[in-house]
Formats: sequence, structure tokens, C-alpha cells
Amino acid sequence: MNEVISNLIKNEIEQNDVCLFMKGTPDTPQCGFSMAISNMLKILEVNFKSINVLENEELRQGIKTFSDWPTIPQLYLKGEFLGGCDIVKEMYESGELQKKFSEKSINYIKK
Amino acid sequence: MPMNLTEIENLVKEAIPDAVIDIQDLAGDSNHYSATIISSLFKGKSKIEQHKLVYSALKGKMGNELHALSIKTKEK
Repeated sequence: MNEVISNLIKNEIEQNDVCLFMKGTPDTPQCGFSMAISNMLKILEVNFKSINVLENEELRQGIKTFSDWPTIPQLYLKGEFLGGCDIVKEMYESGELQKKFSEKSINYIKK
Repeated sequence: MPMNLTEIENLVKEAIPDAVIDIQDLAGDSNHYSATIISSLFKGKSKIEQHKLVYSALKGKMGNELHALSIKTKEK
């Protein structure tokens, strides 16, 4: 992975408390898994930055190397890699995700 | 290139011998799967580490030949 891409990723996850690398955008997701995470964040009314990996092939490959994770979407909270769709969904359903937001002082709406 | 269900099962079994695997072909297109994998190897590991074990069992096919595999891991 070249330095430009790894710096780009580092900047995004440092500057945004909640950072979602996804295929497409929250309004027009291009993949069901990306849509699922984006919808969970929307339901919890979490302010998040989304990065569309389909706009940059190097980023699409780079984020996999960076996180050592083979799939997209990928969710970062304050620089910590949380996981992909399956893990985030499990955490959402068990309430662990909401707990994580509280721990990290990230605002969300309790349902 | 889609992957068939037995192939996925075999790869997981090879790397995680005690795995109990319940895998489903969601769309019948050999391209969208959902799997629940139960193993004692997951004990004491975070979800991320558990999923990584499964990914490494699939030897780089995840995200390539294998487009969509939703994974649920449980400790035995």
C-alpha cells in the first residue's frame, strides 16, 4: 500500500470519530452490507463520515491491508477498528454498540 | 467465480477441525452465503479475531471468489 493511501486512511480515522468505509454512499449504498451498517448508524442518529471506496480503487484495496480485514464495509470509532457488517450488527442487536458509543463519548439517540 | 458450499465447509474444517458449521446458500447462486461456526478455538478471542480465523481458513478467497459470506461465530 502506498503512503498516500495509508495517510489518507489515517487522516480520516483520526479526524472523524465515526468513520465508515463503504461501497457507495449512505443515500445510495451499492452493497447490502454497506447499507446495513449505514442504516444502523442512521437509526441511532450517529454523526458519521462515510468514505466511498468505489471512487478509489487504491483505497478499496488499501483499507483491506490497513485493517487486515478482507471485506468492506469497515467501521472505525475514534481510531479503533470495530469490524464489518456481521460484527457491528451483532453488537447493535445486543446493545454492545450503543455501550461502545457511550464509552467513547459519541452521541447517539437511545431507542 | 462462485464457490460451492462444500468447498467453503471443507476449508473451514481444515483450519478449524472441531468446527460445527451451519451454512446456507442464501440466494441459490453459490455467491451469497450465511454461516454460523461454532468452535472451541474461538474461546477467549475477540469477535474480530474469531472472524479473522475464519477468513484465514478461507485462504484469501473472502472478498475475491467469495463475494458475500455473512459470518456468525460462537464459542463451543
